[in-house]
Amino acid sequence: MLGLKLFKLRGGVHPEGRKQLAAEHGIRSLPLPAELFIPLQQHIGAPATPVVKVGERVLKGQLLAAAQGAVSAPVHAPTSGTITALGDHVAPHPSGLPVPTITLTSDGAEQWLEAAGCATPLELAAEEIAAQVAAAGIVGLGGATFPAALKLNLSRNSGVQTLILNGGECEPYLTCDDRIMRERAPQIVEGIQLIARAVAADEVLVGIEDNKPQAIAAMQAAAQGSSVQVVVMPSMYPMGSEKQIIQVLTGKEIPAGGRPADIGVLVHNVATAYAVQQAIRYGRPLISRIVTVSGGAIKTACNVEALVGTPVQALIDFADGYAQPTARLVLGGPMMGQQFTHTGVPVVKGTSGVLALTASEIGQAEPSPCIRCTTCVRACPVGLLPLEMAAHIRASDLTGAVALGLKDCIACGSCSYVCPAHIPLVHYFNYAKGDLAAQERAKLKLEATKKLAEDRTARIARIERERAEAAARRKAAREAKERAAKAAAESEGAA
Amino acid sequence: MLIAIISLTVLGSTLGLLLGYAARRLAVEGNPLVAEIQAILPGSQCGQCGFPGCAGAAQALADGTAPVTLCPPGGRALVQALAAKLGVEADLSGVQDSVPMVAEVKEEICIGCTRCFKICPTDAILGAAQQIHSVFREACTACGKCEEVCPTESVKLQPIPVTLQSWHWKKPQEAV
Repeated sequence: MLGLKLFKLRGGVHPEGRKQLAAEHGIRSLPLPAELFIPLQQHIGAPATPVVKVGERVLKGQLLAAAQGAVSAPVHAPTSGTITALGDHVAPHPSGLPVPTITLTSDGAEQWLEAAGCATPLELAAEEIAAQVAAAGIVGLGGATFPAALKLNLSRNSGVQTLILNGGECEPYLTCDDRIMRERAPQIVEGIQLIARAVAADEVLVGIEDNKPQAIAAMQAAAQGSSVQVVVMPSMYPMGSEKQIIQVLTGKEIPAGGRPADIGVLVHNVATAYAVQQAIRYGRPLISRIVTVSGGAIKTACNVEALVGTPVQALIDFADGYAQPTARLVLGGPMMGQQFTHTGVPVVKGTSGVLALTASEIGQAEPSPCIRCTTCVRACPVGLLPLEMAAHIRASDLTGAVALGLKDCIACGSCSYVCPAHIPLVHYFNYAKGDLAAQERAKLKLEATKKLAEDRTARIARIERERAEAAARRKAAREAKERAAKAAAESEGAA
Repeated sequence: MLIAIISLTVLGSTLGLLLGYAARRLAVEGNPLVAEIQAILPGSQCGQCGFPGCAGAAQALADGTAPVTLCPPGGRALVQALAAKLGVEADLSGVQDSVPMVAEVKEEICIGCTRCFKICPTDAILGAAQQIHSVFREACTACGKCEEVCPTESVKLQPIPVTLQSWHWKKPQEAV
């Protein structure tokens, strides 16, 4: 168990953990909020389609919106109550744009929908497990929110040898995965076994950073006697990134633009394994998650189990509000999280943390010119040249940045973190990726509209041709008739 | 003497025939670049570039008499594609300012005259006589033809609304 050889991760940084703020606070349930705002899109892919009407009464766990298309996930009612609106609500996103959202007014009864569940989940067929995971609306809870069932199906079809459970949680402040591993290890291990069964994995590894000794002990105790191996990894950022955890545990590197399945690996977060266990054993869809509320500006940092759709303000109130002036609010971790301004935004499936950071914590400084010290090159876990890529992007040469490997950037922010000139390197890369995606969309639209224009030209030509043919036919018929009439008149005259 | 005459005659006539054959066999009809450029252009024949259609614009681009930034519906992506094809430097300064637009029908004042829906080069407008018309945003190239024919000024070009799918970070402020 301990003999597993670890591989070295290139680059990476060692940000101050600051996990002690919330780590010793056990998971507590949040009081039921009066209103829940449930966005239709809480995952990567197409938004779900609502299947309820305004005024309808729903039970806890009832389907609110069904998955739509190949890459999508359904959304369920986090509590019982009445649907009071189907409309726009501010998104948990830095843009603060409105997104289609279902508003549910809770009735306080917390009445569950009759759920089937399964007493012997480890005897289910692989397809059945994947189908139930899809129906429960489970997405990757590490933050990427990719529909979990799709990953299971892809991995089963391509043949996966190694299943890795990500308990790295390398982002500073966050302790939600730490707490869930400490408090719910047996359920997580059962979830892991279900995932392993769904993809027929030979080897099952749980990677946990060495700054979480209690979580390691709890998981080792729960995994005793099973095929699940708990592996202790050194603490480093970004250890919890999919590509990096694979590299450290297996020594394999995902080819550029590839997926873990290409090298026979599947990675899931430990919290996702817990959600899978809950869905299959008890028939409970994903309607709540553990969220860390922390940061220097928060009075009492804590870990809460919050229903999806709970306004963030309710979490901040539960943590006794602010102790100091807040300079920035962040959803997720401080390295890769999304900043937001409106505390009415809801907790969604991918929300791992709510952080209120003080000015000294964000340490924002004016950028100065690059001194080409290459600290960012040494920090980059992917082996890119952040300073060169940023220089190309600054000069609007996105193609040049792509040639340097922009698309392999995982946006971990290690380069920005170490830059002594405070250049917002990862901001440049996020901008460039967004702009490239916009250009790609414009190109696709151009192709589509071109086809429409061609079709229209062809249609107009066809209609005109048919009209001319019809006119010619009518003319011929008329002439034939006239000729016949003439001939008849002549024969009459002759008679 | 005779040998020289014969050999030169044979050589001349053989090469002449060969050249004549090659001229017919390998003939190039028109400038192939024109067809290639036309394949990149939107093909909606909107005429915003000032040429009668995309074929005219392609000819002008191939002759070098028109700038690569001539096509408003094509946007920045098209400018870059054309610049790469023609091997010229694209001046994106003028293009970046224009926001992507899309036609929108103001439903209160649409009288259902069907003029816009008949003229739309990409069939992006759905409508029928005496019915309110509507625009498919995905199919609209913002060529503005509908805006010109609308008798009640009900169809107008509007900037494409930003959604969560299309939003992305702005370019950071430059360091000194």
